[in-house]
Amino acid sequence: MSDTFAFDAATEERARTILKRYPEGRSQSAVIPLLDLAQRQAGGWLPVHVIEYVASYLDMPKIRVLEVATFYSMFNLEPVGKNFVQLCRTTPCWLRGSDDLRAVAKNVTGCGLGETSADGLFTVVEVECLGACCNAPMVQINDDYYEDLTAENFKDVLEALKRGEDPKTGSQTGRTGSEPEDGLTTLTAEGA
Amino acid sequence: MLRDEDRIFQNLYGQDDWRLDGARRRGIWDNTKALIELGREKLVDEVKESGLRGRGGAGFPTGVKWSFMPPDDRRDGRPHYLVVNADESEPGTCKDREILRYDPHTLVEGCLVAGFAMGANAAYIYVRGEFFSEASHLQIAIDEAYDAGLIGKNASGSGWDFDVYLHRGAGAYICGEETALIESLEGKKGQPRLKPPFPAACGLYGCPTTVNNVETIAVVPTILRRGSSWFAGFGRENNTGTKIFSISGHVENPCNVEEEMSIPLKELIEKHAGGVRGGWDNLLAVIPGGSSTPCLSKNICDNVLMDFDSLREHHSGLGTAAVIVMDKSTDIVEAIARLSHFYRHESCGQCTPCREGMGWVYRVMTRMVTGDAEVEEIDMLWDVTKQIEGHTICALADGGVWPVQGLIRHFRPEMERRIAERKSYAGGAAAQAAE
Repeated sequence: MSDTFAFDAATEERARTILKRYPEGRSQSAVIPLLDLAQRQAGGWLPVHVIEYVASYLDMPKIRVLEVATFYSMFNLEPVGKNFVQLCRTTPCWLRGSDDLRAVAKNVTGCGLGETSADGLFTVVEVECLGACCNAPMVQINDDYYEDLTAENFKDVLEALKRGEDPKTGSQTGRTGSEPEDGLTTLTAEGA
Repeated sequence: MLRDEDRIFQNLYGQDDWRLDGARRRGIWDNTKALIELGREKLVDEVKESGLRGRGGAGFPTGVKWSFMPPDDRRDGRPHYLVVNADESEPGTCKDREILRYDPHTLVEGCLVAGFAMGANAAYIYVRGEFFSEASHLQIAIDEAYDAGLIGKNASGSGWDFDVYLHRGAGAYICGEETALIESLEGKKGQPRLKPPFPAACGLYGCPTTVNNVETIAVVPTILRRGSSWFAGFGRENNTGTKIFSISGHVENPCNVEEEMSIPLKELIEKHAGGVRGGWDNLLAVIPGGSSTPCLSKNICDNVLMDFDSLREHHSGLGTAAVIVMDKSTDIVEAIARLSHFYRHESCGQCTPCREGMGWVYRVMTRMVTGDAEVEEIDMLWDVTKQIEGHTICALADGGVWPVQGLIRHFRPEMERRIAERKSYAGGAAAQAAE
């Protein structure tokens, strides 16, 4: 990647929409959303010159933007694969078998934790609670949650991604949300 | 059991249309103007009388919190802000997510009514960055509300101008702490502020601000429509209303469910979550209110009620009402050690007892998992957690040590057993080596 970076037209437009949300003189509030846009355009991570671009865009000291980029876990300071696989490791997912998913990820992608596959298709990391505990175990891949996972259906998801397909996101067992799997116990009344 | 018609979140599971048309069918945005016409004082009084306590974990009375905002005759020209905390990250908790993605208009309408009650003309909703599709739903709901004149200039025809803005975070549990959230919203690292001044005096951009949880704000319009006495009629005194419970872990059917406050824990699990895997007698322990609340042993779970006061009596808390169930197959020490790992990872690093303490506690806990420790270290662990507690700017460190205290309180014999077992194994190995 070259060391010059600038928002493309589409990103620029989104950045302007975001900036309108904050009062006059408070554009620093947009630093997190703009770093997010920059990371998307830059291919999933934030090289230093991209961070510096956001600093100049918002007229902020570079160090203030750098400390934001290093503080928040969703900003990647190193390149990541096309599919950024984040396995939830916290207790509610662990109780329902998240350790098995780590093994599946290793088998399908070849990546241990923190590793990127040689073909650049996958990076696998472990993360803390992603807030979908009633659909545990779950994994986030790029922007999407994959929930109600088992070793089998997670393997299917990863293999579909490997083939360049778009597997179904959300629950892998057909739940709409976090309703009880064996049938509703509430909100059953017709037209309620 | 709570009747369906008394549930506030009629689309909790996303069976119905979550967009504006569906929301209107469910009674959301029905003459919101009339709610605003009650006036600031009356609105705050109604919420006080309903007994609503904050649904984000601390359980502070919502109406009282709102009354800290400067009244109309004491305004000094600074804008007022409502900030909604949708940084849902407390392990076990996944209720706000369902509101954001399947009933977002309850929240947007709640912002208008609550915002008016505190004299605010704008609300910021801070959604955790990982909730990408949830934030997309919320933004669509906000856009729909603007287009329909429900918010914006002369919102819902009330004469009150009101803007609602979505703000996405980028991964940091600490931003669920209200002043860290404000810092983050201002474009900084999410490190909590010293209080006082409290946000109601000096919050977002130095202006009077109230930070409330998603569920707290989303229930307000329904409380006002149906009356504070309707809401206060559920649960026990001081623990009123309905509440979304997140039930996860070793149950047959993990789920979110809106129930009456003060429901017995056993009834909650058996009625809605299909019971403990392997039956009630296979229960080992429950974390009743999200990861920060100390676990309870089975004998307490047999009878405890799911409310603030009942759980407090057992040295735990209702927290976010996220029930994490663990059956007898659970390595309970590892389950808690994983939480210690979580808090170590999420400490913002500002206060020494937390920055150093969370790492220290985790390291000791990893040895407790394998029994590679001395029995006296259990006492030391207890002592250190007691010294960390209450000595930091925010409550993250408290929440980080409480689970460990809960473990020692209820499962000390198991911790000692592991230490003894390892010693006897090591002793045996040494004897073998000597032969």
